[in-house]
Amino acid sequence: MTDVDQSTREAHWAKTKGLMITTLIIWFIFSYLVHWFADSLNNFSFLGFPLGFYMAAQGSLVIFVVLIFWFVRRQHSIDEEYGVAEDEDKN
Amino acid sequence: MSIIKGDFIDNLPKIYGLYTGGFVVFILLMAILEQAGLGADTIGILFVAFTVVIYATIGWLSRTMQVDAYYVAGRQVPAVFNGMATAADWMSGASFVAMAGGIYFGGHGYIAFVVGWTGGYVLVASLMAPYLRKFGCYTVPDFIGTRYGGNLARFLAVCVLTLASFTYVTAQINATGTIASRALGIPFEVGVWFGLLGILLCSMLGGMRGVTWTQVAQYIVLIIAYVVPVIWMSNKQGFGIIPQLAYGEAVMRLGELETLHGVGLKPTEAFAGLKALTVPHYEAGTTFAAKWKFVTLVFCMMAGTASLPHILMRYFTTPSVKAARQSVAWSLLFIFLLYFTAPALATFTKLQVLDPNLATSIIGKAITEVNALEWIQKWSDVGFLAISDSNGDGILQINEFFMRGDIVVLATPEIAGLPYVISGLVAAGGMAAAMSTADGLLLAIANALSHDLYYKIIDPKADTKHRLIVARVLLFIIGACAAYVASMKLTSILGAVAWAFDFAMSGLFFPLVLGVWWKRANRQGAIAGMFFGLLSGTWYLYMVKWGGMDPWLYIDHLRFGIIGASVSLVAMIVVSLATAEPDEETQRMVDEVRIPKGKSVLSSTH
Repeated sequence: MTDVDQSTREAHWAKTKGLMITTLIIWFIFSYLVHWFADSLNNFSFLGFPLGFYMAAQGSLVIFVVLIFWFVRRQHSIDEEYGVAEDEDKN
Repeated sequence: MSIIKGDFIDNLPKIYGLYTGGFVVFILLMAILEQAGLGADTIGILFVAFTVVIYATIGWLSRTMQVDAYYVAGRQVPAVFNGMATAADWMSGASFVAMAGGIYFGGHGYIAFVVGWTGGYVLVASLMAPYLRKFGCYTVPDFIGTRYGGNLARFLAVCVLTLASFTYVTAQINATGTIASRALGIPFEVGVWFGLLGILLCSMLGGMRGVTWTQVAQYIVLIIAYVVPVIWMSNKQGFGIIPQLAYGEAVMRLGELETLHGVGLKPTEAFAGLKALTVPHYEAGTTFAAKWKFVTLVFCMMAGTASLPHILMRYFTTPSVKAARQSVAWSLLFIFLLYFTAPALATFTKLQVLDPNLATSIIGKAITEVNALEWIQKWSDVGFLAISDSNGDGILQINEFFMRGDIVVLATPEIAGLPYVISGLVAAGGMAAAMSTADGLLLAIANALSHDLYYKIIDPKADTKHRLIVARVLLFIIGACAAYVASMKLTSILGAVAWAFDFAMSGLFFPLVLGVWWKRANRQGAIAGMFFGLLSGTWYLYMVKWGGMDPWLYIDHLRFGIIGASVSLVAMIVVSLATAEPDEETQRMVDEVRIPKGKSVLSSTH
């Protein structure tokens, strides 16, 4: 068992959970919500595209890529904050 | 001796840089030979043969007799390279060959696949990959078996994995067979076995290590092969060299052309396996049913992505938990490069065919004129395309032109009048896509059977040599079974691919997620979750597809995972709560998995 006390573990996990929930809320919006309203969004134009089509063909995808890179950075800083990140020589 | 040692890892950017340069030189050489009069058939053969020989060489150089090298590539694959390997592992023959065609025919509704197959990685990154990496397992059932304990849980996980991956791999071997037979001019049944031979050469000697380094090489080939024709075509049509950002205008133009040509008219004839265009390109459904179908398909593909063992096991190969997370981000970036190009390709191809202002257009032209085109003749001959003057007016209408979706990628270079070297490149790309996915899937099945079934359940005393020999024999047998099933041509490529996602999510999604995120989840719960999830999902698929049952709430056979996963979740929670909580050791195990620091739960050679 790694030498990390129980209260640090709990605080770290609470924050990790918070990040997971934030990430999944953004994920939910761009996976489901915007596409539910695709027909209305198509009345708007973005970069010359009908917006509803754009979000499905490109917009949501860009958001997912950025979201994961952001998530990775946030999670790593949470790990460091609580001293539970891996030792540097392993990376 | 193997070249894959410490300094190989340090030199990766240089090695793959040289490889990419070499491949570009090869393409240029082919282009020069084409100008010099080399036949189209020979170019196709050279492209496929040259790339397959390279993959096989990498596979041979990566051979190993070490357990951790065989199962998890020695856990030393850097995040970026693992991202490329995952992207190749992920993008199947279906993504490469069929996706743009699907968008061509299905419009906005079909793009649900694109959204689902990318957004699933958000679940992989936030819920699964880092924790499974910390666990230190070799296979996905290894996690289930250790977290929940007991052979029954492990065995059920092996069953779900095998069912999902086998469904998927037959479609991939089918695709390698199709491409090999077309490029090499051999019968499909022989092409299937040729494809299998290539796949086994990559994976049998080096296991995960061989597959990793061939997948990186395959990613480079497939992405070049997908993007180059689209950029070329877009440049020709005046949309610039980053067509993905500039095709908005083309999408709007399609809207006008659809009105002009009357897209939506039902064809009056039918040709087996071929379709006429009837669905508008960008208009989204306005009814509840259409919206619901879109989001449910997205959900199934996402949850399936996060449960498919051949993807999850790629993240076992990184040096650290942090690298596993980063690697998910890189994977999605590399996948994104192809997936945001597919809708652009579908748009440009449709424009080529529909726009009367373009010389390439065929709709609205005289049928005799269209029939004289070389690409029309060539693809009609192989049954990929059909033209019929249903109303007898001598003009080709939108509902008189039938084709297979696969044509959009395979024939685009010819439709747009690009040189044949591009068609050869596309064939090599399709082959790389199908082979890399088949490799990953076969290895996932063979590893689960050899590690979890043979070593953990049947003969825990087996020594390393025996384990690795059993692993390879199983790989061979499963590959041969898959090739045999594929050679019987039972299913179309995409139907079966979607099912693999539904099977995986029905049986594995909640047992994996709750194993990390809910300490109270116990063995009985996991067993109930896997068993009832898979059973209900399979029953529903059977009833909707063959049993004549009307789908509930538009949940058809492509979406049966919704039923399976829901039953799995309820069964797992109810049974877990009704039985004793997991022992203290298991709870501590979960605590350990939740922090990156410290040793993995399972030792590095277990």
